[in-house]
Amino acid sequence: MNHSRRKLLNAGLGTVAGLSGLAIASKLADRYGLLPPDSRGVYGPGETLTYASQRLLTRHSMAREFSRDQISIKPFVNGLAFTSDDYKLHEREAFANWKLSIDGLVARPATFSMAELKSLPSRSQITHLACEEGWSYIAEWAGVPLGFVLDRVGILPQARYIIYASLQKGWEDSIDMSDALHPQTMLTYSMNGADLPTGHGGPLRMRVPRQLGYKSVKYIHRITVTDRPEKAWPGGSYAWFAGI
Amino acid sequence: MASSVQAEPPRHSLVVRVAHWLTTLLFLALLISGVEIVISHPRFYWGETGNVNVTPLFSIPIPASRAAVPTGYAYVLKDQNGWSRYLHFQAGWFLVFTGLLYGLASLFNGHFRNHLLPVRKDLAWRALSRSLREHLGFQPSATSSYNLLQRLAYLGVVFLIFPLMIWTGLAMSPSFTSAFPATVTMLGGQQSARTFHFFCTVILVIFVLVHVLMVYLSGFRSRVRAMTLGPKTIETENV
Repeated sequence: MNHSRRKLLNAGLGTVAGLSGLAIASKLADRYGLLPPDSRGVYGPGETLTYASQRLLTRHSMAREFSRDQISIKPFVNGLAFTSDDYKLHEREAFANWKLSIDGLVARPATFSMAELKSLPSRSQITHLACEEGWSYIAEWAGVPLGFVLDRVGILPQARYIIYASLQKGWEDSIDMSDALHPQTMLTYSMNGADLPTGHGGPLRMRVPRQLGYKSVKYIHRITVTDRPEKAWPGGSYAWFAGI
Repeated sequence: MASSVQAEPPRHSLVVRVAHWLTTLLFLALLISGVEIVISHPRFYWGETGNVNVTPLFSIPIPASRAAVPTGYAYVLKDQNGWSRYLHFQAGWFLVFTGLLYGLASLFNGHFRNHLLPVRKDLAWRALSRSLREHLGFQPSATSSYNLLQRLAYLGVVFLIFPLMIWTGLAMSPSFTSAFPATVTMLGGQQSARTFHFFCTVILVIFVLVHVLMVYLSGFRSRVRAMTLGPKTIETENV
């Protein structure tokens, strides 16, 4: 066998080995929940590396918490005021008729009023809200951990993601069960000791402090437990995993 | 130039050439996407937090891609953060792998030891000031290997600025800092990390500009050939 043919053969074998290695790696990654929903496409490799590394390194870690004197004096209200008719009606009623419904892969689909949510065990945390744009603030958030609410409805074993939807059209996002059951992931109804202001997502905001602000969706009124999040994140143009 | 006959430098090792052009491409991708991300909030802060309700440490006088940012301009640029962020992190990963390939190969094949580590006699103040004078006078260096300032600049970029870039980038990640909080508190907070990340970018951009200028001054054609498909061994040619 001449030298260049051997070289070519080696290169071919190397490519085949590399590709089958990648295929096996991707199968394994999927089995252990290391593939994000946007793992395909041009930016799939980068997103998969980020998500898989974070899940291997930080699955149970807690977002940094701060002291009271680090709370931002003037937290920034992002976005224009939400002024749809149905929301304004809820606002006039002081959110007495605001409902959170939970369906999908759960044993007992249920609907919770704000009063019912507030009667569940509450937790508070002083955490960062950091926007992907670059700005941030620290606030004290209180609410009920999402895990407590999911316990009430009984998530089925095949559940892999939860999708949460805002009353604001087009705002829907999803997180994996690792974040959904994380003790700091909360359905938040209070900020800095008062009812959650409407500008910050009152009456109910999902807080996911280990991820950037766009995963902390405002005006939550529906949660769906699912085994596939489809395209339930902002337009699909932003990365699904925002823990970076 | 004083000499009429000059040796064309032999081409660099394969690893150096591949790593050089991959780094060029990935750095460009990181720079463009990084600038796009900064455009959504061209203000920089110190400490843990910062937003438009807080006085910035400094701001860049450019229009922004968000209406909420007071820039003094009457218009708002288009939001490009979706693909910019995807590209930024993917290019970051690929650059880390390129850096590992280059770093491990250079450790084992002696590239760091032989080409980048300053020669002991060059570390004297006299040698340093001579090298500095040569550069400021735009005199070509007499040696064919890397000169002292060149070695220090490359070492600084490889072992100081690139690691700092990765560190300050990770220190902005809420998930990474949940597991390794010291990586952000050591820098003075998440906004400080962002500001450091920006300063590192400025240093790298200055490095690239000076690097290209030096390539131009020392013979653009032969230097580019040495980084691509130039002669394997020293050849002399008339200049």
